[in-house]
Amino acid sequence: MENFTPYSALIGGALIGLSAALLLFLNGRIAGISGIVGKALFPEQREDVTWRFYFLAGLLLGPLVLSLVNGTPFNFHIETSMPVLVIAGLLVGYGTSLGGGCTSGHGICGLARLSLRSIIATVVFMVIAGITVYIVRHLIGVKG
Amino acid sequence: MLKNLSSLVCGILFGIGLLISEMVNPMKVLAFLDITGQWYPSLALVMVGALITFGLAYRLIIRRRAPLLEDRFHLPDSAKIDTKLLIGAGIFGIGWGLSGFCPGAAIAAIGNGRLEALLFVFAMCCGIDLFRIIHRGK
Repeated sequence: MENFTPYSALIGGALIGLSAALLLFLNGRIAGISGIVGKALFPEQREDVTWRFYFLAGLLLGPLVLSLVNGTPFNFHIETSMPVLVIAGLLVGYGTSLGGGCTSGHGICGLARLSLRSIIATVVFMVIAGITVYIVRHLIGVKG
Repeated sequence: MLKNLSSLVCGILFGIGLLISEMVNPMKVLAFLDITGQWYPSLALVMVGALITFGLAYRLIIRRRAPLLEDRFHLPDSAKIDTKLLIGAGIFGIGWGLSGFCPGAAIAAIGNGRLEALLFVFAMCCGIDLFRIIHRGK
């Protein structure tokens, strides 16, 4: 794993920002992924659900298209065990529903809009995630 | 119809951005969060890149009366800072720190053929359902 990849990080981030900007400009929607998933699964009103499924389909297709163009899928190892992945998934689903957003909705869109609610949420989940990693890797001693 | 097509294109761009920036790689995300270990700081630049792009665009876009394909902007109207926000963000932080997956990255990782991510996303959907059952009594 290469440890310093500032350009790909910056370019990838700019693409994410561009996608969020286009979605706002064209559809008037905020690109908050947890919200898009939640309201696609359980629509609050009979508002249009279809665009959410198209967005999520794109999210799946993007990496697929890129790896086809590249010839090789982008490879990485996931060392986290299945039970931990399930527990983490449950926590992420429940937590983002309760807190009204995730890294994209609060961390990018909310922060860029200078929403105090999103700034606080982002600080909280970043700090707690950092503490969780510290506990798992350095106190319990599971190596990632 | 156009609205769906634009959503698809935005989703594809978002997914490619997550892949190029390596946010789809949970081990890299965990290394970024591991400040006292072998810290991997580059992922902070994902946020910088996204914030600059979206931050500038947002200010230009909301000057318009409406988006191109809809009659109004759908912006979050809640500004409430309450225990739900804090506890929710905290619980999300634990899940993110345990797995290295946030919702968007996990879905994009499925597109990259990772079955572990599929398991995570399935559990995430169960978590969303759990919230609905607990808080809305449905």
